Amino acid sequence: MNSDAPRTPRRLRSAHSSLAAHGEPLVWLTGGSLAVAIAMIAGLLAFIAVRGASTFWPAPLVELELADGRRALGEVSGRELVGPAGGKAGFGRTLVHTAAFEITGSHFEWFDDPQVVRTDRPRWATAVERLEGGRFHGIPVRLVRGDETVAAGPEETWREFSRLHPAVRSRVREAQRIDRHDRGVLQRQLRAARLAVVRAELQAGGDGDARVAAVKNEEQVAERVRERSAVLDAETARLRGENAGWGVEFEAAGGQKRVLPLEGIVRAWQPNRLSLAGKAGVYVARWWEFLSDDPREANSAGGVFPAIWGTLAMTLIMALIVAPFGMLAALYLKEYAGRGPVTTAVRIAINNLAGVPSIVYGAFGLGFFCYVLGAGIDELFFQPALVADNQPTFGTGGLLWASLTLALLTLPVVIVATEEALAAVPNSMREGSYACGASKWQTIRRIVLPRALPGIMTGLILAMARGAGEVAPLMLVGVKKLALDLPIDGTFPFVHPEREFMHLAYLIYDVGFQSPNSQAAQPMVFTITFLLVTIIALLNVAAIWLRSRLKRRYVAQQF
Amino acid sequence: MQAPPDRPRTPPDAGGDTAPTDRLAAVAAGGEVSAEVHDRVLGETPVLEIDRFNLWYGTKQALHSITMPVPHNKVTALVGPSGCGKSTLLRSVNRLNDLVQSVRFTGDMRLSGDSIYDPRMDVIELRKRMGMVFQKPNPFPMSIYENVVYALRIDGEHSRAVLDEVCELSLRGAALWDEVKDRLHESALGLSGGQQQRLCIARAIAAEPEVLLLDEPCSALDPIATGKVEDLIQELRGRYSVLIVTHNMQQASRTSDYTAFMYLGRLIEYGPTTEIFTKPILRETEAYVTGRFG
Repeated sequence: MNSDAPRTPRRLRSAHSSLAAHGEPLVWLTGGSLAVAIAMIAGLLAFIAVRGASTFWPAPLVELELADGRRALGEVSGRELVGPAGGKAGFGRTLVHTAAFEITGSHFEWFDDPQVVRTDRPRWATAVERLEGGRFHGIPVRLVRGDETVAAGPEETWREFSRLHPAVRSRVREAQRIDRHDRGVLQRQLRAARLAVVRAELQAGGDGDARVAAVKNEEQVAERVRERSAVLDAETARLRGENAGWGVEFEAAGGQKRVLPLEGIVRAWQPNRLSLAGKAGVYVARWWEFLSDDPREANSAGGVFPAIWGTLAMTLIMALIVAPFGMLAALYLKEYAGRGPVTTAVRIAINNLAGVPSIVYGAFGLGFFCYVLGAGIDELFFQPALVADNQPTFGTGGLLWASLTLALLTLPVVIVATEEALAAVPNSMREGSYACGASKWQTIRRIVLPRALPGIMTGLILAMARGAGEVAPLMLVGVKKLALDLPIDGTFPFVHPEREFMHLAYLIYDVGFQSPNSQAAQPMVFTITFLLVTIIALLNVAAIWLRSRLKRRYVAQQF
Repeated sequence: MQAPPDRPRTPPDAGGDTAPTDRLAAVAAGGEVSAEVHDRVLGETPVLEIDRFNLWYGTKQALHSITMPVPHNKVTALVGPSGCGKSTLLRSVNRLNDLVQSVRFTGDMRLSGDSIYDPRMDVIELRKRMGMVFQKPNPFPMSIYENVVYALRIDGEHSRAVLDEVCELSLRGAALWDEVKDRLHESALGLSGGQQQRLCIARAIAAEPEVLLLDEPCSALDPIATGKVEDLIQELRGRYSVLIVTHNMQQASRTSDYTAFMYLGRLIEYGPTTEIFTKPILRETEAYVTGRFG
């Protein structure tokens, strides 16, 4: 071969070479998949965040005048295009939250664009949020006390209303607190005394000294409760009396006048007059009510505080139960159990457990925890309640059983993650420890566990995220549509694991599908979803922060 | 592993008698050979006596009737090609092989006269009498200080004064004190590879072991770090009984007093390092230490 001949450079790539030899198409494929995945997740979160966060922003109140002379006042909550049909051209139409249920029989109404002859934003248009009956839109005409007119005209009425309303509202809340809380305490005292009598009867059988003492005690308690009730009655009567008679007359869009009692008004605002700061004030106040208050009107209004509390308490109790159990089980599987068919079978079973539908756990929780364990506890410790009221204490759904059920549900996640974390600890670490004369437990306790802890935390984070968002099993073991008594409160013994509770994920289902006024509840669904996602994210951020602290401490880079 | 040559082709300057048979070929064929042990080894006081020790991983025999004394306060090197059982032998001394499933053994070892494989022997107590350093530095995920005093901690030592003293002495003993004295409470994982290995040596000598087992302590280190660890082994000589596994012939000749040559699970020749490297009894040993095979 002539070495002087000019060599044509070998073509490194040709159009004929296989696609797989190029590489770039795979970059596009893999990168594209990732981009789609990110877009889906980001889109989902953004959608929920926007819909959820905008619910409480005070939208302007728009007055529509129709061709037939009717008028409507409300927030625009949707628009759509109606296609051409029956020879007519297509046109737009607007959904307006008129909040005029007692006048027109509907909360929402569609208005076709061709019918609307005039739109306006009346300066004094007021949105009123009521304790009962939902929203009301109108223009304040006068402030009344009984038959007497205290203030007339929108401006004066609004000024007087703004001055009087806070005091009225705080009296309403005080009366509510007495009714819900103070009277509840009395009821519980009464019940405890009554059950003490039953207990004495059950133990002594018939009439012993104990029974006599218990009966006497019950009489004393009843007397005390009567006295206290009278005081409370007087107090609530005073509060209600001071509020009674006050009312604001509103003129609805159609000219109808309605007097709304002042004590029934939660909040009122005039969005068309509000500055940006004023709107922000209303926005913050409504968020605060949402986060800190009890729900009203079949959960479609008011706050979700009991549900936040229930979700957090359940998730944390679940984590407290599942973490030690899962870790110990995984430790045994990885560090102590020999390698054999039994261990393999157990491991496969655990992995399969992770795939069992969650409602199955709910059924198990109800059947075993509530009806067997709970009934057993009732039989042993709460027999009087069972006998006297035919009312189970632990033998029904409750926070404890829900947490245990979810702990069971998330156990496989924790076990698998812990096992993987333990397997990732280099064997040289264990050998080094053994060579120093450490026992197996000392090695696990001082070397293996600290090193595996970040990985274990990851499993726990996954478990908590899964548990906090679970609905189906909870419906069977203790979550209720409405449970205002918190599972942790100021009455002895402070933690009430047997109580039923509310949960955000279930509330989403309840508000979205079980609400009588579903159109009005729809924004609430997104707000609650937004809140749930935020709470789970916060829990995860806290756990991740903890994990990174542990990681810094135990797993630095080698070399 | 390279197949052993039929016969060493050049038996130059074979130094005294050479065995008439080719032992390596015999071993490769599955035969048993008796080890050549120099008299000077037998003259030393042994701290550890390995007595006809056999070991199997499942059905595969890894050690064949090893009998060798390890002299007190001397450095003894185990050399031989990969897979010849050096590390297995070392790990058998502190019974780390117990952790491997399907290990069987016969024979015994004695540490200062106490039977290591006696069923009544408390393995944990036994391991406290030895220190071990591994191929890859394996500092524990804790501070430098806690690493060094680990053996004392697990023994329940709480006295700050005792721990501080042991920490300083051990780190000085491992020639690491000056480098880390200002950062004793920082993570040990932040040290360089060579420092980590010296830390492991400090950890191993903290409990005043009767035998120090070094399993190729320099194989993961760069030349400078290797030099420091070798200097350290030199310093330990005379104070500790050291049993070191190494692949590096120069290291064995530089650091050890005695050298044992192993091949396919058998002890082939065992004698003073100078003799093994200059005038071994067996041509096979010479072939290996001069780098002609293995």
